[in-house]
Amino acid sequence: MDDPLYREEILDHYYSSPHRGHLESPDLVSDLDNPLCGDEIHLELSLGADGRIEQVRFDGHGCVISQAATSLLADRVEGATLDEVRHITPVDVVKLLGVTLSPTRMKCGLLGWKALQNAVAEPGPARE
Amino acid sequence: MDLTEMKADPVHQAERRSGSPSRESIDDLPQAGAAGGKRQAAAHQASGLNVEEIRAAFPALRQEVSPGVPLIYIDSAATSLKPQQVVQAVLDYMTIYPANVHRGLHTLSERATEAFEGVRDKVARLLGVEDSGQIIFTRGTTEAINLVAQSWGRATLKSGDAIVLSELEHHSNLVPWQMLARERDVELKYVELTDDARLDLDALDAALTDRVRLVAVTGMSNVTGTIPPLERIVEMVHARGARVLVDAAQSLPHQRLNFGRLGVDFLAFSGHKLFGPTGIGVLYGKRELLEAMPPVSFGGSMVVRVDRQRAEWNEVPWKFEAGTPPIAEAIGLGAAIDFLSQFSAQDLADHERGLLTHAHDVLGQIASLRILGPADLEQKGAIVSFTMGGTHPHDLAQLLDRHGIAIRAGHHCAMPLHVRLGIPASARASFSMYNTIAEIDRLGVALESIRLLFRRHSHGQVAPRPATHAATEFPNG
Repeated sequence: MDDPLYREEILDHYYSSPHRGHLESPDLVSDLDNPLCGDEIHLELSLGADGRIEQVRFDGHGCVISQAATSLLADRVEGATLDEVRHITPVDVVKLLGVTLSPTRMKCGLLGWKALQNAVAEPGPARE
Repeated sequence: MDLTEMKADPVHQAERRSGSPSRESIDDLPQAGAAGGKRQAAAHQASGLNVEEIRAAFPALRQEVSPGVPLIYIDSAATSLKPQQVVQAVLDYMTIYPANVHRGLHTLSERATEAFEGVRDKVARLLGVEDSGQIIFTRGTTEAINLVAQSWGRATLKSGDAIVLSELEHHSNLVPWQMLARERDVELKYVELTDDARLDLDALDAALTDRVRLVAVTGMSNVTGTIPPLERIVEMVHARGARVLVDAAQSLPHQRLNFGRLGVDFLAFSGHKLFGPTGIGVLYGKRELLEAMPPVSFGGSMVVRVDRQRAEWNEVPWKFEAGTPPIAEAIGLGAAIDFLSQFSAQDLADHERGLLTHAHDVLGQIASLRILGPADLEQKGAIVSFTMGGTHPHDLAQLLDRHGIAIRAGHHCAMPLHVRLGIPASARASFSMYNTIAEIDRLGVALESIRLLFRRHSHGQVAPRPATHAATEFPNG
């Protein structure tokens, strides 16, 4: 079955993401879950001397969309500055996935994005 | 006056006739796949329903989800489809006599009042209780249970008392009691389940201490389909002087019991799972309990006399129905009960038993698929919840939708049950009178194609699973 949402690239990110795993000494970490789905994301980031994101690793489980979107996002932000990451919008995430998402699935698609935003949030009142 | 006498619409009358039961069998239905062929044949012989005629009564079944992909609706535990007869009854009310009830003295209002109040009689007959004054209209099961918690519960329970629930319960039969328990310092106890998600009567017996005032239990689990032995439960609970509330939201569309004879103290159900509209449900309570219960919602209709400082309550059941009630929805529920009552309960039960048996046969052949709940099909209703390997149920639901198949995925508003089952979520197929053996075969084919899709792409990798996955995986039935 040809399905843009479950195409090979997405399933590769789901099953064998190069970003799945842990860092030895992460600079930023973030945990987020969606109890409604049972999806969980644990995100770790390391920063280079220039303040740019060097490596992103994540662990967790959930549907294809939540896990693949996190992996795609990890690809996208390695090398980016924290400020660049803060400017990534949900629309950008949908573009990365390359498909339109129903409102229900949007929550899955944005789980990793929210975890990432939490990780790079400026000190102050924690975002959701 | 019977509601159906009020219908002037010939289309509606025709639908009624077309929905009448017939001894033609479902053998004429197209068959797909050879799986479970023997059981299939047995299921057909066992059912006296004409499923094609039933399907014709449900307009939603005439559509394709996308071009060339007909709808396979196996999500009736979430909400049932609505027969034309129900649509027409609501339309008739809104078109011909859209008046308010109880106070008008004009022809339309009297007609509306008669239709609305007539539904109480239909509900009473459906439940097997004589006094239709014990039927209170609510927005649904949830509001009905909240009414008992906030009225009977607050008036009755004291610090140190206990309420017993089962691990099978839907959030609607959990959270109202949690709130009450916190407010009144009441203990919430849970009856343990057996490993195949049946209610353990020994555990219930052990939980029934002198402090227990209420046991609130589902008539049928919306996840595992488990049907607890209500007769035995009522007997045990009453022997200890406690009350029984039955959440019949899932069970009533599938299992008709004489609740009057059974002696349950409270019963709640929703119209929309019973082929009726949303926004209407019922609380049944024994009259002596209802008489003693204070109202919890205040305003018009629920009073007989009001002065500047005080008010005097109306009698039961209107005491609990403040404001203009959901008239169209209640009339729709009445039409749904008329629709359901055309069929023999035995024929419906036989048909659904055939579907359930076939679903267990077909799904049981799919590698890595685990069916949740009782292995003994006599102890479950027409619901099959499952997991398939490490594939998230949401992915299953989304991919099945591409095949036109509507199922539910998630925790189905029963999170404690999923914790007990050791899984975050499940996929659920739930069947009704309009489903066919052929549809279940198509579900099996679609699930197998999804399994292969994931296997092809997994390159030997295992899907990421919950770290805390202490799965209590149940044997397939």
